[in-house]
Amino acid sequence: MNYISSDLKVVGSRPIRPDGVEKVTGRAQFGADMRMAGMLWGKVLRSPHAHAKIVSIDTSKAEKMPGVKAVVTSKDLPHIANEEAFVGEGPMNFRDLSRNCLAWDKALYEGHAIAAVAATSQSIADAAIEQIEVKYEVLPYCIDVEDAMADNAPVLHEDLFTAGVEPKPTRPSNIAKVVTFKKGDAEAGFKDADVVVEGRYTTKAVHQAYIEPHACLCSYNADGQVMIYSSSQGHFMVRAYCSKLLGIDLANIRAVPMEIGGGFGGKTLVYLEPVAIALSKKAGRPVKMQMTRDEVFRASGPTSGATMDVKLGAKKDGTIVAAKQVLKYQAGAFPGSPIGPGCMCGFAMYDIPNVDVVGYDVVSNRPKVAAYRAPGAPISSWAVECAMDDLARKLGKDPIELREQNGARNGTKTHYGPTHQNIGFLETLKAAKNHPHWKAPLKPGQGRGIACGFWFNIGGESTAGCHIAEDGTVVATSGNPDIGGSRASIGMMVAEVLGVPAERVRTIIPDTSSINFSFLTGGSRVTFATGMAATQAAERVVEDLKRRAAQIWEIPVEAVEWKDGKAYPAGSNAGAFEPLDLASLALKAGRTGGPIGSELSVNAQGAGPGFGVHIADVEVDHETGAVKILRYTAIQDVGKAIHPSYVEGQIQGGATQGIGWALNEEYIYDAKGKMDNSGFLDYRVPVASDVPMIEAVMVEVPNPRHPFGARGVGEVPIIPPMAAIGNAVCGATGLRLYDLPMSPPKVRAALDAAAPKLAAE
Amino acid sequence: MPKVLISGSSCQRLTGGRTELEVAATTFRRLVLELEQRFPGLGKQVEEGMAVAIDGEIFQDAYSAQFGADSEVVLIPKIGGG
Amino acid sequence: MAKHHVSAVINGEPTEFLCETQQTMLDVLRDEIGLTGSKEGCASGDCGACSIIVDGRLVCSCLMLGCEAEGTTVTTIEGIAQGDHLHPVQQKFLEHAALQCGFCTPGLIVASKALLDENPNPTEEEARYWLAGNLCRCTGYDKVIRAVMDAAAVMRGEKAA
Repeated sequence: MNYISSDLKVVGSRPIRPDGVEKVTGRAQFGADMRMAGMLWGKVLRSPHAHAKIVSIDTSKAEKMPGVKAVVTSKDLPHIANEEAFVGEGPMNFRDLSRNCLAWDKALYEGHAIAAVAATSQSIADAAIEQIEVKYEVLPYCIDVEDAMADNAPVLHEDLFTAGVEPKPTRPSNIAKVVTFKKGDAEAGFKDADVVVEGRYTTKAVHQAYIEPHACLCSYNADGQVMIYSSSQGHFMVRAYCSKLLGIDLANIRAVPMEIGGGFGGKTLVYLEPVAIALSKKAGRPVKMQMTRDEVFRASGPTSGATMDVKLGAKKDGTIVAAKQVLKYQAGAFPGSPIGPGCMCGFAMYDIPNVDVVGYDVVSNRPKVAAYRAPGAPISSWAVECAMDDLARKLGKDPIELREQNGARNGTKTHYGPTHQNIGFLETLKAAKNHPHWKAPLKPGQGRGIACGFWFNIGGESTAGCHIAEDGTVVATSGNPDIGGSRASIGMMVAEVLGVPAERVRTIIPDTSSINFSFLTGGSRVTFATGMAATQAAERVVEDLKRRAAQIWEIPVEAVEWKDGKAYPAGSNAGAFEPLDLASLALKAGRTGGPIGSELSVNAQGAGPGFGVHIADVEVDHETGAVKILRYTAIQDVGKAIHPSYVEGQIQGGATQGIGWALNEEYIYDAKGKMDNSGFLDYRVPVASDVPMIEAVMVEVPNPRHPFGARGVGEVPIIPPMAAIGNAVCGATGLRLYDLPMSPPKVRAALDAAAPKLAAE
Repeated sequence: MPKVLISGSSCQRLTGGRTELEVAATTFRRLVLELEQRFPGLGKQVEEGMAVAIDGEIFQDAYSAQFGADSEVVLIPKIGGG
Repeated sequence: MAKHHVSAVINGEPTEFLCETQQTMLDVLRDEIGLTGSKEGCASGDCGACSIIVDGRLVCSCLMLGCEAEGTTVTTIEGIAQGDHLHPVQQKFLEHAALQCGFCTPGLIVASKALLDENPNPTEEEARYWLAGNLCRCTGYDKVIRAVMDAAAVMRGEKAA
């Protein structure tokens, strides 16, 4: 059923989330908050070298220490052939995942896990780590993409040959693959253009920087059954990956979803759980592990740094006739950067007849990258949206009008193939143009920039349930960890269908043995796909409730209506019966067929893509190079905001991560390939005093494929901020900055370099 | 017969460089089987690594996704998220 | 090395615990006493997720040794509510949806209470600078600041709870 045009009573309101009180009182249990009797503490020994052969590992001294109950290396995990599978988030190479959890023959980045111990206290475990003797043969390393792609670059994997080139190469390379997307004839298009802009843009690796470090408690029982308590973006993914890496049947693993303290894509895979299970198996006791912040930075996936060349060609009237982009993304130690989406998203919001995009997935000696909110797209749009701004200036056109003129609409064919349907880009641009921020006056020295973003959003397999307790109150179940308020929205959709107030529905997230499979929480899919499953489960319950009322009243089921939480006879012909509410029907459940409830799985298709347009006003301090954000407006097509506060929250949070990416965040490496700034002091994420209020404007172009019209919203908002700010800095200073982050030293250097020129003007 | 466009370059090695193919299939399942038959390895690559966009709507895992002779069918790399 | 025996008043309760020399107050709260509401985000005093109030002063419990708690009065997130009565800061956080994942929330609530205990009428700027030591990666701080300003108004009696 589709409720898009209905009069909604719950969906669209702002009730307090069902898990709110436990979170504001400190009772909610996160990954590191569990304990079990007899629990041991696990710690990891990590490589001090960016690239080295592991000649030998001697664990004998550590094993003999009092209090040490187990020591493991990769020899304690089954050897996995080069196999990909899709039980998780996109293709996952399990051989790479295993050797990322515990190194095989090589340390591939500083921080790479080499061995692990389990001991009776944290301090003993820390001391035991120091007693493990590893002989390394240090090798030359490479970090940046250009260095890793060079002919004489140190090669990470002797069995990695570049895919996507013909003929198949014979020499191993750090270029894992090349992807290309072409539409029309870009060369001809550029010849036809009146105006051309181009630029080389770079970004540095940035971390998702969730405040909760990875943590888990795993207990391997003597009969081979395993309990895993961990926070993740998918407890079914945790179960599946541990099953694969340890060779344990899925049904023998029960993964309990603890509350998760942020993920943003970085917790869509496992680092500690397989190691903890191996330790627990050897020690015969539960093992708890948590990463320090230093380990989170050094050894869990940030996203790619990149180098990009972009070129745009347009006619005098503003029609863009050709676009070209070459993208080189860091994958970290193993292949798998988000180069595909990066190639697809940069131009996805424009209708351009001739497009040529080439992307390179490049390995180098740094942690394996993990997904980060719209993986690949923010990087790509940094280049494209700055170039669009340069184009607008060169043409003398308003930057919003240039985008409107070339904007994708329903029926626009993308450069990567499919045709856009049911999208809201033009509506979002219009909302930006009409927003008071766009026309607000600027003082001298201030600048304003806009930029756009596109993300596909995904659907996929989800399970949800709706159970009516004996007193008529409702429990909803969701197969997806709640990373930002989804318990509230799922409960609200169920409440809407049942016709009861939001507070009558409590939503929980059962473990992997207590609910059927759900694909992980990511890709902006939970409100869409799990919401769809929850809505359908509630609809099934309503049909069942009507049947039971019909049985009680002895009338045909077609003669029963369900409205506002009650069964009514449909029309006076049906009979003069008093309505039956949930409580009355639940009371008679046993007599009318048994317990009332439904669990339902979907493979949701038709996830609607999302578009965002952000406006940023900045001021640049010419002495320090510091960029201050004066005002920020983020406009996004959200389809339908189920719980507007949490949709605003996604927009504000994503925008702020983008602001950090734009102005301060980066991995800084020293001369030995080690990360210099592996803590929150020097890896500077935005703090409360760095940002103003962020106005989130929700444009609602409903997605007809979701019962309430919802689109995924979580990922789009991180895409526009970098270029919006870069364009604002350009407006404030006249300078185009090409390299992220636009941190004070870089801005100051750019101002100094331009000073003679600016003085002359 | 429906035309299928293969986007991106990951399949080109298996199709000998061809990016547009005519197929007799009308469901994704049949498409995968037909591609595997004509270009060994391609069906598996498509099923495991690609999503299908039918008239603009992206399907990530659906054997039963249907298309007609006039449908726009595009195979694009599978999309994850964060 | 023998453990230290420490006595302190924690959330109004006289409490005794044993700790190793190098264990921080955060370690003690979480692993010895079982108060896991205070979180470890960095163990270096940069994120504020471990914020507690010691003798009236806002402190990162990861920067304090367990032994240093001897003879002090400590308030953690678990002591902010009174029975089932939420503190106005807690209530406003819920109403304004000032939390998403909730991990930084205990630290933010303790820090916000400390702010309002010291300055009942902060400007937005003062609130932002006071809370700059509490990192949040989910919210962008917008709704957090709104919740704190709203709680302040309630506590000044300018509006109903």
